[in-house]
Amino acid sequence: MAKHVTQAPVLVMDRVTGTVWRLRAGWDGPVRAGQFFMLRGWQGKDPLLARPVSVHDWGAGWVDFLFEVRGEGTRLLSALRPGDTLELTGALGNGFDADLPAGTKVALVGGGIGVAPLLGAARALRAAGCAVTLFVGFRDEPYVLESFEALGCGVQLATDSGRFGHKGFVTDLLNPTEFDRVLVCGPEVMMEKVARACLAAKVPVFVSRESHMACGIGACLGCTCHTKNGPKSTCKDGPVFPGEVLYE
Amino acid sequence: MSKADIRVNLCGVELKNPVITASGTFGYGQEYTDFMDVSALGGICSKGVTYVPKYGNEGRRLAETPAGLINSIGLQNPGVQHFIDHELPAMLKLGPAVLANLGGASIEDYEAGAALLDATEVPLIELNISCPNVKAGGIAYGVKCESAREVVRRVRAATRKPLIVKLSPQAEDLAAMARTCQEAGADGVSLVNTFTALAIDIERRKPVFNNLYAGLSGPAIKPIALRMVHQVCRAVQIPVVGLGGITSAADAIEFIMAGATAIQVGTANFLRPGIAAEIAAGIQTWCDDHGVKDLNKIRGCV
Repeated sequence: MAKHVTQAPVLVMDRVTGTVWRLRAGWDGPVRAGQFFMLRGWQGKDPLLARPVSVHDWGAGWVDFLFEVRGEGTRLLSALRPGDTLELTGALGNGFDADLPAGTKVALVGGGIGVAPLLGAARALRAAGCAVTLFVGFRDEPYVLESFEALGCGVQLATDSGRFGHKGFVTDLLNPTEFDRVLVCGPEVMMEKVARACLAAKVPVFVSRESHMACGIGACLGCTCHTKNGPKSTCKDGPVFPGEVLYE
Repeated sequence: MSKADIRVNLCGVELKNPVITASGTFGYGQEYTDFMDVSALGGICSKGVTYVPKYGNEGRRLAETPAGLINSIGLQNPGVQHFIDHELPAMLKLGPAVLANLGGASIEDYEAGAALLDATEVPLIELNISCPNVKAGGIAYGVKCESAREVVRRVRAATRKPLIVKLSPQAEDLAAMARTCQEAGADGVSLVNTFTALAIDIERRKPVFNNLYAGLSGPAIKPIALRMVHQVCRAVQIPVVGLGGITSAADAIEFIMAGATAIQVGTANFLRPGIAAEIAAGIQTWCDDHGVKDLNKIRGCV
């Protein structure tokens, strides 16, 4: 019992850019790309709730989280240092299906910190022999692109500022018909735009949703979304949904 | 030294300990079985179910506050009949006493839901007249004594099951409300449901929640909830179930010393699955360590 709640050691803590951090924690349980954990890196009751953070990458004995400091909870997570302990509940959610035939052409589409869960997907897809291209948009300075390049993924970059890559939206760069499957994670408007383009082109698309949540395990009903199959919990039934379930 | 007896009798139903998981924070029990030994609990209460299925509220449903949580779920549930056919059978097998939490948008809804539950094996019904997050029903019956009297009387007539009425801290006069429920046939009362609260998004200059107001729970409300439970325990002769911000065995024991027969753990379930079982174990340890042979001996000592 309680096998999914662990006191995990912080192994590595890196500042990736100004507000984005990479946290490596000790973990040796099962995990899939696109799943998430609830992270609690502080004592006491304030903040009250753990923070849902997607799995960025993992290996033997560790799991990486890439997160952006947005409020008090993520600020406290960013203050953890190697040797500290954090409470991990997970791995939670369904994750991406990476069990695809070799040679499948997959586009990963990320917006900002939405790039986080796509690295694990890229690793699993590359291991299965898929051809993977990352399309990613940032406000200004990009991050973690080298992790994708190291896996042999193509990278197409867009920024709002135009200082790096294409000036404009990442959706300007993507032609869904060039791919067999598209996985997307980022701001809701971006995900809907990508998903609708894919659905119109009859290309299977999978969307990783973000939501406020309290429990992470399907109990609080705080992260419910409409689907064509009725109300679903982002945490338990997702966070990954087929595009047609959300947008048709 | 023998272990302390921490069993409690709640409206004729024996609980192995006084810890019940509160409605809306424990799903239908099944959600937690991967994370904890649910059978270690005294009771588990279902998400609020209504005669008519509900999607719940649109828009954002949660906002955190210092040591608190505001929710605007809006009684999302698959309906009483679906609950009886699908969720309840598995819930009953988990071991703890099951409370079916019943909401409604009208007195007729409450009656129809209670009649359906009456024909099941569920040992206890918790009547929710205190949900702040639905426009019709819920708290509409929980503010004024006369509205509560009518709905409790009618539901009482629709079921022989032990009936616990869940009260709102928004009641105009909570002690009078509890007495009214007792007079109308309630076998017990539970309190408090959430406090009506407001959060504003200053960038959008709009309320965070589509419904404007929502319900505040968590450790932030505990001292007020405890005072209210103390007052109600002195106003009625029926069992009182205390809840509101309990996150530890010490909190739970405070509510029992204030007079509660049993306690509910709500928002704390979101801190860490398994916390309710830790609280039950902590009550046992505290009693053992303090030479309290029977939990009933400390009830209402304050």
